[in-house]
Amino acid sequence: MATAVGALAHTEEHSGLWSWLTTVDHKKIGALYGITGFLFFLLGGAEAVAIRTQLAVPNGTVVDAARFNELFTMHALTMIFLAIMPMGAAFFNYFIPLQIGARDVAFPRLNALSYWVFLSGAVILTSSFFLGGAPDGGWFAYVPLTGKQYSPGTGLDFYVVGLMVLGLSSLLASLNFAVTIINMRAPGMTLMRMPVYMWIALVVAFLLILSLPVLTVGLIQLLFDRKFGTNFFTPGSGGDPILWQHIFWIFGHPEVYVLILPAMGIVSEVLPVMSRKPLFGYSAIVFASASIGVLGFGVWAHHMFTTGLGTVPQVVFSASTMAIGVPTGIKIFNWLGTMYGGNIRFVTATYFAVAFIATFTIGGISGVMHASPSVDAQHQDSYFVVAHLHYVLFGGAIMGIFSGIFYWFPKMTGRLLDEATGKLTFWLMFVGLNLTFFPMHFLGLAGMPRRIYTYDAGLGWETWNFVATIGAYTIAASVLVFVVNFLMTMRKPRTAPDNPWDGATLEWATSSPPPEHDFDVIPPVHDRDPLWYMRDHNIAMPAPPEHQHIHMPPPSYFPLIMGLGVAMMAIGVLSTFAITALGIVVVIYSTWGWVLEPTD
Amino acid sequence: MGSSRSGRAAIIIGSLVATAILTWAIFVAFADSANTPQTTFIPASVQAALVRDAYMIIFILAGVVFFAIMAVTLIFTLLYRERPGQTALQFHGNSKLEVVWTLIPVIIVVIMAVPTFSAISETSKAPPADALKVVAIGHQWWFEFQYPELGLTTANELHVPVGRAVSVTLESKDVIHSFWVPQLSGKVDMMPGHRNHLWFTPTQARPEPYLAQCAEFCGISHANMRFRVFVRPAADFDAWTKSTAADRTAPTTDIAKAGEAQFAASGCVGCHTVKGNAAAAGTVGPNLTHFGSRTTLGSGVVDSNPQNIRKWLANPQNVKPGALMPNLNLSQDALDKLVPYLEGLK
Repeated sequence: MATAVGALAHTEEHSGLWSWLTTVDHKKIGALYGITGFLFFLLGGAEAVAIRTQLAVPNGTVVDAARFNELFTMHALTMIFLAIMPMGAAFFNYFIPLQIGARDVAFPRLNALSYWVFLSGAVILTSSFFLGGAPDGGWFAYVPLTGKQYSPGTGLDFYVVGLMVLGLSSLLASLNFAVTIINMRAPGMTLMRMPVYMWIALVVAFLLILSLPVLTVGLIQLLFDRKFGTNFFTPGSGGDPILWQHIFWIFGHPEVYVLILPAMGIVSEVLPVMSRKPLFGYSAIVFASASIGVLGFGVWAHHMFTTGLGTVPQVVFSASTMAIGVPTGIKIFNWLGTMYGGNIRFVTATYFAVAFIATFTIGGISGVMHASPSVDAQHQDSYFVVAHLHYVLFGGAIMGIFSGIFYWFPKMTGRLLDEATGKLTFWLMFVGLNLTFFPMHFLGLAGMPRRIYTYDAGLGWETWNFVATIGAYTIAASVLVFVVNFLMTMRKPRTAPDNPWDGATLEWATSSPPPEHDFDVIPPVHDRDPLWYMRDHNIAMPAPPEHQHIHMPPPSYFPLIMGLGVAMMAIGVLSTFAITALGIVVVIYSTWGWVLEPTD
Repeated sequence: MGSSRSGRAAIIIGSLVATAILTWAIFVAFADSANTPQTTFIPASVQAALVRDAYMIIFILAGVVFFAIMAVTLIFTLLYRERPGQTALQFHGNSKLEVVWTLIPVIIVVIMAVPTFSAISETSKAPPADALKVVAIGHQWWFEFQYPELGLTTANELHVPVGRAVSVTLESKDVIHSFWVPQLSGKVDMMPGHRNHLWFTPTQARPEPYLAQCAEFCGISHANMRFRVFVRPAADFDAWTKSTAADRTAPTTDIAKAGEAQFAASGCVGCHTVKGNAAAAGTVGPNLTHFGSRTTLGSGVVDSNPQNIRKWLANPQNVKPGALMPNLNLSQDALDKLVPYLEGLK
């Protein structure tokens, strides 16, 4: 039976295009996520530079109003769904099995499918630029503006379909990660001995599992409104635009924590290792992360303080929003506690991690400020909020991701990124981000609204807009320096030691880069910082048995085929439903092959 | 440095001074930005002042937290960077400290919550019975203002008397817009299918208008959807009401009379009302009865003057992308007549 569906031979090659297309190795899939996410980070950055160039001076003429609206919408969608989330997923993919002492994720083929579905969604969403215009209704896509009447073009259809496909990908990945972390930890690794990063991966997985279905329901309703003339959100026909806002933000606010928590996790790994001391307040950070995950579902309406919610909802959501600031504050104090009394090795990863504390704190402070609905009535939809969210997502998420890149690069590639160039990247990025985003606080205070493609001279907005644009170019330069560093480093021989930073967690117990089966012997876990415990108690890694056969799942092309089937289903919605029908056939065929595929 | 007691003191004092200078510089820049035409921080109404007072407390708290975290981060960075011979202290945490720094943010948010909730309860009270009633209607991309009790309709310029409460009912004809006059009131959205309300009591009359702008992304010309609020002494406001209630100033010159005919011939009357011109009763576009007395055109995009009126009429989308007024391809002759007519509608 199996041979009947497996028409193509499996590859046993470990390099070459076919091996990448059929891989089920979590490390290769992590690399695919990372590279793809970084390329989209460059695209989203280019969109940001175009936006800032237009706004550098009053009455700018670099892009027109229609293009500007596409650019700011796609900048947000690209950075959120195609850059930060996949870069976070890249690290999760790569390090969940390694940090818990497993040989792969629970469902390796499902993992490959997540990537191919993600890639389909990313390509579909971005292709809108060349196929009749990109979405231009903001990443929040408020109806009625995004309904058929006011957005008759196809841009919003790409938004709906693209996000549904991307949501499917994240949902599959999150289920996989949650099952892996819960079931596949090495002997001795109790939940409270897991690295904080693993706790955060678990919280993020649950946030996505619980919030994405809500978004998907909303997207289907919007799709039906647009395609089939239903009235879920149409005022005057029984629908209500407020409903969309509730649905969107019940997804949208947990999504914010999906973006920032992984960076918090990375910093919670880097700081103790570089400070050469255990993480301060492990349990506090774990409980803070979990409570952020829970409270994150109870604050969505603070995005809607100005919609006329009424007094009681304003007070309730204000209180819950202020409450979520508390666990965030606890984390900041614990990171500082980790630095206290340390002997801190200041490598590039440390620079990014320490700067993260400072810049994320700024975003946290401004976030708590507009937890007050009264203040929010002035901040909402002004540049103050643009400053706030970029301090959280750039000062937080991106700084954390860069810390992770420098920290884990030797493990992933066997090569250490150049430190001098790395520090140049850091300083350019740190200066650039503050030049770009701090002045936006001043612009917000001076009454500049968001999402405007032009402004008049004489409102006191000229200076800081110009400074912000200089900052954006500085950030672009920092990223360019990083790309050069990456390309130069990849040409060097693999000389990085297995544990260059004297790391405490299990990924440093195997070779750099790790073998396909991750560990020759699954290391035993005695402590929260297993490698430090073994170092301090002179416990050697157990030697591998002389004859051992480690069974790894074979490569499979069915995830790729099923990913193509999902892409066809989506493309059909954008063109003709016949392609959707064909896509369903492909998905059914690949499910058949998937189920009956031999496992060795 | 750093290993000795005096070295540590120097690091701590230096960091505190550096952070204090940074915080002070940021404060100066904030104060400077507050003093701008569309400022959110200099209130000119009772309610905006209440909000500003809450804002001020929160702002100061934010400054204190900023200073503290930045200073500690800087101190630890300098104090604990690796040095030969130095070893890291080995400890896992401190439960007492955890309790303390859980309470610190709790106390901070409670301090924030008190003025916030009192401001909410104050601003969400029903407006006084004698409040001036205004219905503000958002359109893509302009604001319509109706005074139901006075029977007035105008566009993009709201006139109100000083010292009397203004109760604004917010509606939208199409997509979501947001009504925001930073110095008079925080924003409230104009939501199709819903009726929102806000009210404010202006405290400062002045000749120059308060600047305002749509704050909810509403499509291609969102950036060009602006309006102005004129707060005037009661007597001036009454005079304005009278003149606005009156019919349009009838054209006196030949060219303006020809313009009124052109206004009908070109189809303008289908969308625009001009009271006193029976043919012009359209309600899709702004009411133009007293167009000539407005300071701007195209919803605050450009100053109202003959050159700009001509430019607008010749090609509205050129002045304001996406403007829903069609390009009528008016001849030079038609423009010559229409401009003086419109300018004369005082």
